[in-house]
Amino acid sequence: MVNFFRSVRVIAHREFLRFIQDKPRLFSSFSMPLIFLVIFGAGFSRLIGQIIPDVDYIQFMYPGILCMPILMTSVMSGVSVVWDREFGFLKEVLVSPLNRSGVLAGKAAGAGIIALIQGSIMLAVAPFLNVAVGPRTVLTLIPLILILSFALSALGLLIGARMRSQQGFQLLMQLVIFPMLFLSGIFFPVAQVARWLEVLSKLNPVTYGIDAIRQAFLGAEVAGVTVFGHTMGILESALVVAMVGAVFLTGAIWVFNRRD
Amino acid sequence: MNVIEASNLVKRFGNLEAVRGVSFTVREGEIFGFLGPNGAGKTTAINILCTLLYPTAGEAKVNGYDVVKECSKVRQSIGLIFQESTLDDYLTAEQNLRFHGYAYAVPRDVLESRLKELLEMVELWDRRKAKIRTYYGGMKRRLEIARGLLHRPRVLFLDEPTLGLDPQTRRRIWDYIRDLRKRENLTIFMTTHYMDEAENCDRVAIIDYGRIVVMDTLEALKDGVGGDVISVRTEDNDEAMRLLVGQYKLTPSMRNGVISFTVPRGEEFLPGFVSGFPVPISSVGLARPTLEDVFLQVTGRSIREQEADPMHDMKQMVRGRGRGR
Repeated sequence: MVNFFRSVRVIAHREFLRFIQDKPRLFSSFSMPLIFLVIFGAGFSRLIGQIIPDVDYIQFMYPGILCMPILMTSVMSGVSVVWDREFGFLKEVLVSPLNRSGVLAGKAAGAGIIALIQGSIMLAVAPFLNVAVGPRTVLTLIPLILILSFALSALGLLIGARMRSQQGFQLLMQLVIFPMLFLSGIFFPVAQVARWLEVLSKLNPVTYGIDAIRQAFLGAEVAGVTVFGHTMGILESALVVAMVGAVFLTGAIWVFNRRD
Repeated sequence: MNVIEASNLVKRFGNLEAVRGVSFTVREGEIFGFLGPNGAGKTTAINILCTLLYPTAGEAKVNGYDVVKECSKVRQSIGLIFQESTLDDYLTAEQNLRFHGYAYAVPRDVLESRLKELLEMVELWDRRKAKIRTYYGGMKRRLEIARGLLHRPRVLFLDEPTLGLDPQTRRRIWDYIRDLRKRENLTIFMTTHYMDEAENCDRVAIIDYGRIVVMDTLEALKDGVGGDVISVRTEDNDEAMRLLVGQYKLTPSMRNGVISFTVPRGEEFLPGFVSGFPVPISSVGLARPTLEDVFLQVTGRSIREQEADPMHDMKQMVRGRGRGR
């Protein structure tokens, strides 16, 4: 057990070091969400008007936009085991006495730390959009961001655990990350779209993460995913994400622990 | 005391048998080498010993720990330098070493002093703040050696330690390794397909198509070829030939005015021979058989011929798979 926690710490530390030393990655992770915010916001907000009284489209979209860099970076830090494998570093980890489950959990923990940094930077945009951010919102956001980031990096790890080269990345972006992004209710309320789209969105675990975070900002009126007639509260949504994440991570650990 | 004990190791990848029943032991403080062409199964064997692969059959112990059942104890007690870099390119040299220190639970205060000592040993102390991306091949390998020793392993595994390095760097790396062995009583297990690199070993196992063909000390292997070749030029070659056959019971041959013959332990034979030979000698030469000669004799091919072997590519592929994790 001591070894497990040491493994988590060592690996998370390395992920963090790599992130802060990779300035281009740091900046590029914000460019896309901000572009979406500006273009979509300017393009649609007048067309759409207010989603509910006092919440316009930009305000509706903002919580999801805040999650975008977290989403991308978390999946990618999971998948980065493929890089580690390709550039050899994974071997240094695998022959070390570090606990392998701890190594994967450490990757997820590292992604969590990075997600918190990204979240705080994205929070700086809030005042310009008339989104209120009180201390309570921030305190609620911290665990929510950690849970979302954990689930997504676990998904990345599961994908990366057996992947041998980077060639699958393009495919991964197009088949996993983008659909997950666009079907997560960032850009539209999932209850107000075509039935098939609604079903797909509700099958997407990210939807629940975004929903919980939106509730933290805007309250329960504007958000809430209704499943089988039950509207999910902030805690329930968070629980769904956490459980899905746990399943992903368990799967990743299982795949990873197999040795030829 | 035996530091590595392997018995009947077998590793199959699908239909391909990369290692076919390999047994050997390595004693403490020894430099032991696997010599063989690419794809002979050397890397697969090393991967089994360092717990990256499970053997299909057979068993192995490293430092007394079973490589399958006690893999974390094995891992803690060994150091590894692979043929390809396993450094994190985006971190600095120091960060890479610290990562290793934390991963092997090296106590903080020990880590600081070891870090400096090792970086100075491989002459990279001044470059410790530079990212690995900016390092060239030889520097990376030197840093990996430093890193592999940081947790004071009892055995150091070197998989093609100087592959792709220039001769000067290779020489330097071998200076470090020999120095280390002397200072720390380190046991070294290495694989190579360079004959001259294998010359650094105390004992060599020649491995071909997944089997150990022959295993012995360098001296014994070379003696097995039939001893050393001595070539002499004398003032009266005909008389010399007669004496060599009659008195010395040798089988000399003469070509272009040079008499040559094979004797075991030529360097011990030569001084007595030169001072005692009745016919005045004008020049004398001694040539040790090389490992190349040994390889040729035991496998029937030279190691370079085999590089072009059609089996080679296929095995290379298999090895790539094994190396992946």
